[in-house]
Amino acid sequence: MEREEGRIINLMEPGHTGCAGCGQAIGARLVAKAAGPRVIIANATGCLEVYTTTYPRSSWEVPWIHSLFENAAAVAAGMEVTLKAMGRYGDVKIIAQAGDGGTADIGMGCISGMFERGHDILYICYDNEGYMNTGYQRSSLTPPGARTTTSPPGRNSWGNVTRKKNMPLIAVAHGVPYVATATPAEPRDLMRKVRKALEIEGPKYLHLLVPCVPGWGIESELSVEMARLATETFLFPVFEIENGVITRVRRVKERRPVEDYLRPQRRFAHLFRPGGEPVLEELRQIAEENSRLEPGPAVLFGA
Amino acid sequence: MRTILEGSLAVAEAVRLCRPNLVCAYPITPQTHIVEELSRMVADGRLDAGYVLAESEFGAASIVLGGSAVGGRSYTATSSQGLLLMVEVIFNIAGLRLPVVMTCANRAVSAPINIWNDQQDAVSIRDSGWIQLFVEDNQEAVDTHIQAFRIAEELMIPVMVCMDGYVLTHTWEPVDMPEQEEVDRFLPPYDPAYKLDPDDPFTMGEMVGPDAYMETRYHVHMDMMEARAVIRRVCEEYRGVFGRGGTGLIDAYGVDDAEVVLVSMGSLLGTMRAAVDELREEEGLNVGLVKVRCFRPFPKDAIHDAIKDFQTVGVIEKDISLGLEGTLCSEMRAAFCGEDSPEISSFIMGLGGRDITVEEIKQVARDLAQNPACRVEFRGLREDLLNGDEG
Repeated sequence: MEREEGRIINLMEPGHTGCAGCGQAIGARLVAKAAGPRVIIANATGCLEVYTTTYPRSSWEVPWIHSLFENAAAVAAGMEVTLKAMGRYGDVKIIAQAGDGGTADIGMGCISGMFERGHDILYICYDNEGYMNTGYQRSSLTPPGARTTTSPPGRNSWGNVTRKKNMPLIAVAHGVPYVATATPAEPRDLMRKVRKALEIEGPKYLHLLVPCVPGWGIESELSVEMARLATETFLFPVFEIENGVITRVRRVKERRPVEDYLRPQRRFAHLFRPGGEPVLEELRQIAEENSRLEPGPAVLFGA
Repeated sequence: MRTILEGSLAVAEAVRLCRPNLVCAYPITPQTHIVEELSRMVADGRLDAGYVLAESEFGAASIVLGGSAVGGRSYTATSSQGLLLMVEVIFNIAGLRLPVVMTCANRAVSAPINIWNDQQDAVSIRDSGWIQLFVEDNQEAVDTHIQAFRIAEELMIPVMVCMDGYVLTHTWEPVDMPEQEEVDRFLPPYDPAYKLDPDDPFTMGEMVGPDAYMETRYHVHMDMMEARAVIRRVCEEYRGVFGRGGTGLIDAYGVDDAEVVLVSMGSLLGTMRAAVDELREEEGLNVGLVKVRCFRPFPKDAIHDAIKDFQTVGVIEKDISLGLEGTLCSEMRAAFCGEDSPEISSFIMGLGGRDITVEEIKQVARDLAQNPACRVEFRGLREDLLNGDEG
């Protein structure tokens, strides 16, 4: 690849075909920026792969590979072990990244293997709460009540019925030494967590909530605001867990009612029609559970 | 050095001699002895490679993909269900042009579950873009693995070495194990033209649309076609260094004066050689053999030339394309597109580990000598079960 050093703006360059306001694109750019140029990225199939590497263009100024939907963690594991075996590991850092479907659903086996074997890899889940790349279908990280194209509200449905699978605790249960959540609404916090994770030897798990403009049915200028509201309503708690202990929980100065987060999103519009109250109540309950999160041993909580 | 080794141990030793940077697999019968031996080699320091115990064959294939992508010589081994679980990655490795080498210990495919030998597993993924080489005995398994890394890395095409489960993997035979320095002379360190490296960032596995996808497939296809010449040349070079192991694409045995030619892949060739010798000596029936060592790329011209002058050909194979016939048989017929073809019959035998005897092979030859008409037959079926007399 022909490269002029002075030309590099970002390690994930602009000019890609992501949607205006895409929360994932903001998150991924911050991740690459925080990780720096000595990183190799294994990326799962999904929006990020599609809009940053549509041949013959690539946004990536770092070595980057896409193999399949469900194997980013395993590809990264192979890279790490091989580089170490060849004596080429040195200052290289390895990141595996995928969406919520590629992480919590189809990629679960490979991620569990990577965690359990203790590879020195930072795994990043970009959680936009559904299969947005294929047209907004439900995943196991879709929240209760959300309308997706496979969990549509109807005569017998108020949208998705299940709670979000608790990926951070699944990581903790594997003994992953550093587990954290963040959002693109707080870039410095997000980048600090990436840098901190990369300093820790072993597997790391970073879970980012990344609003999806078309999938959530929001205005493009609202995606960062939605990420902020998700944390201020406690529907998405922001925290760090180190060696099984919650060490930091993001405090919220002024707690917002869940409706402030739900109303601007068309995927929740049906909940505000007559009869939607029980689902709203369940979401309030989840927020309440999340709000009680405080430093100490990581135990099952909300979400 | 001549020694007596189980097939699996011989393969593990051959892989060790190739100095892989990464070995990763998931255990499945009858591949297990290979990876157990590689584990022992790592544990006692004989093998200096990264070694990963994967959580599944899907994971194992993905892990060797990653190892190969950063420029490491990467090896895995599997069988049957494991190979099928890998299939998505198998296609991906080939499309990414990563020269992984794999041993497939050939085994039947479920259902019904059956852990014994046939070749349905490897044959079922013939279109994946992997070179597939079938070996006849454990010496050929050793020689072919060493050649496989050369072929794969020269062409940037992955190679699968197919060896019959149990029949070879669990059989102790004399093998001549090459010396390390001979292997080093034959197989230089892997130095890929492209790899994932922060010193030279490279995007691998990008999204390719209708404007360019077909060209990528064309390139792989053309390189697969070219691979036939490379496989032949690497065999010749191997023979030059080691004095054996130069079967190339196909091998013919006693075809000069044959009335009937029998064709197969893998360990069955040994049984067939015995049958052919006996038929000549005891019954005066001249039967020739064609061994197909290279199944992908398909050696169309070599097979065409080997059998074009004969009237009667029988393909004995341990796989079936259900609803048609044996796959090798179909492909051999395709070698005669638009030309007068010998009568090429398909004999399905030995599925799920059913033994194939010398006598059964002799009977196929006798029947073909009597009646050359092209047909598809199962041989060795149990009439009692077909008639519903399960007992």
